[in-house]
Amino acid sequence: MNPVSTNNITVAYHRKPVIQNVSFEAPEGKLIGIVGPNGAGKSTLIKSILGLVPKASGNISIYGKPYKKQRQIVGYVPQRGSVDWDFPTNALDVVLMGKYGQIGLIRRPNKKDKQEALECLAQVGMEAFANRQISQLSGGQQQRVFLARALAQNAFVYFMDEPFVGVDAATEKAIIQLLTDLKSKGKTVLVVHHDLQTVKDYFDWVMLLNIRKIAFGPTEEVFTQEHLQKTYGGRLAFLDQESNGVNPLA
Amino acid sequence: MTYTMWIILTASLVSVACSIVGVLLVLRKMAMISDAISHTVLLGLVSAFLITQSLDGLAMFIGAAIAGILTAVFIQLLNSAGVQADAAIGIVFTFLFAIGVILVSMFARDVHLDVEHSIMGELAFIPWTTVDWLGIEGVPQAVWMISIVLVINIILLFVFYKEFKLSSFDPHLAAALGIPVVFLHYLLMGMTSITAVASFDAVGAILVVAMIIAPPATAYLLTEQLGKMFIYSAIIAVLSAISGYYFAAMLDTNIAGMMATMTGLFFLAAFLFSPTHGVVIKKIRNRFTTYSNDEA
Ligand SMILES: Nc1ncnc2c1ncn2[C@@H]1O[C@H](COP(=O)(O)OP(=O)(O)OP(=O)(O)O)[C@@H](O)[C@H]1O
Ligand SMILES: [Mg+2]
Repeated sequence: MNPVSTNNITVAYHRKPVIQNVSFEAPEGKLIGIVGPNGAGKSTLIKSILGLVPKASGNISIYGKPYKKQRQIVGYVPQRGSVDWDFPTNALDVVLMGKYGQIGLIRRPNKKDKQEALECLAQVGMEAFANRQISQLSGGQQQRVFLARALAQNAFVYFMDEPFVGVDAATEKAIIQLLTDLKSKGKTVLVVHHDLQTVKDYFDWVMLLNIRKIAFGPTEEVFTQEHLQKTYGGRLAFLDQESNGVNPLA
Repeated sequence: MTYTMWIILTASLVSVACSIVGVLLVLRKMAMISDAISHTVLLGLVSAFLITQSLDGLAMFIGAAIAGILTAVFIQLLNSAGVQADAAIGIVFTFLFAIGVILVSMFARDVHLDVEHSIMGELAFIPWTTVDWLGIEGVPQAVWMISIVLVINIILLFVFYKEFKLSSFDPHLAAALGIPVVFLHYLLMGMTSITAVASFDAVGAILVVAMIIAPPATAYLLTEQLGKMFIYSAIIAVLSAISGYYFAAMLDTNIAGMMATMTGLFFLAAFLFSPTHGVVIKKIRNRFTTYSNDEA
């Protein structure tokens, strides 16, 4: 049974379809990239899988069951800009939020929860910042805290929305290492990604999305000039200019 | 208890009840919804009166809660249909309040529901209307009402603390984890409504709005921990109530108005002098840092 399977999902905002008839079966234990231009519906695709935006049609299942039954095994890293980093709380607290779904009403996080949250912070190299106000973290550190929170969810399937935005090369490497670790534990990770140069290095599988699914499959098979052209249209003129040294297919 | 003590107690209970919902509203960037709700509950009150033909406390509460939640629903509807959030609040608020005003002046003129009163409140009269309940005698009706609401607010905050926190900080993750984000939103709207209705008869809509917005906004400048933000804003709210009472007595002016003024002054003080956010402190610190950099 596949970790994620969708059948013909369509999402519309104000009647305008934002993603249309997207069907795919994500294989287990792979790092899967989702790429496409701005406004292609990448975030919307993830949100619709997690039930955060209403679908006009289609079905979604996580290991064969509806998402609602599988919340406990799904981790989510939203786009960093989607929350208010001036919120009065610290890094450890944000990581603990990943456990709120399991803790239950009225109960507060206990020692064990806190210990686990600290370990998750350590995994992203942020244990020294546990008590730091989130407003006083750099963008890359905030991103690591978000990843630690997803780790605290202790999931089997992860959805991450642009975890590499605004992080430096060292952090990017650390994150990739983390994702590879997750993969080696048999977990499946779907990552919205913007940097076409690194797709081949980072992802086993890739989805090219622009409202419709243009292609989905093993990276070496589907990450082709033709599919990229179809996904990005005229906007990817530099694809032809190999002399610039920016050809992502090279 | 003396006359003065009752007034101060009432205002303090109001201020703590308001500051609890206020912290949540301010963090959700929804503070101005309290302005709308604290006015539209008038429509709930007069509707409850017209239906039950009495000024029964429970019917009033339910009427107010429904009016408050409807206010929030209408604002949400307009907003998701593309109307700007602040315009949506303004439209719904004035429309429902105006209907309330019209109904009061058409059908409820003789009863204890008048418009001016609902804006400014009448703290000075509170000690005169007492109700005996649970074997306790001589307690003003307003104190009973607001105490009940305060207890409800504290219990709900305690029960849903984590959930309120996460759905305020990151509603997407909250929803993904199965936390009932929409329910919590309307629960908060309901809490705001019953707080407004229990408070505004005593202190008026202006003080309700001031107590909901200013002490939490002040506390936000003073701490970066959510738990402390609740405590600080309750303390600031009570200090505003007490100092406002005595200044009003000194200047012989409207008590609620003076209390609202105090919340503004406390905010101003924090805005200027907060150790972390204060503009004056920041200036001094910047100068100092530049200076020491120059020396280095
Ligand atoms: N809440 C919303 N209401 C209306 N339209 C929306 C909403 N959220 C997104 N959209 C629209 O849906 C389309 C897809 O948005 P989405 O955020 O999924 O794109 P994306 O691929 O994640 O883009 P980016 O690369 O910029 O993050 C865009 O055209 C956007 O304008
Ligand atoms: Mg996006």
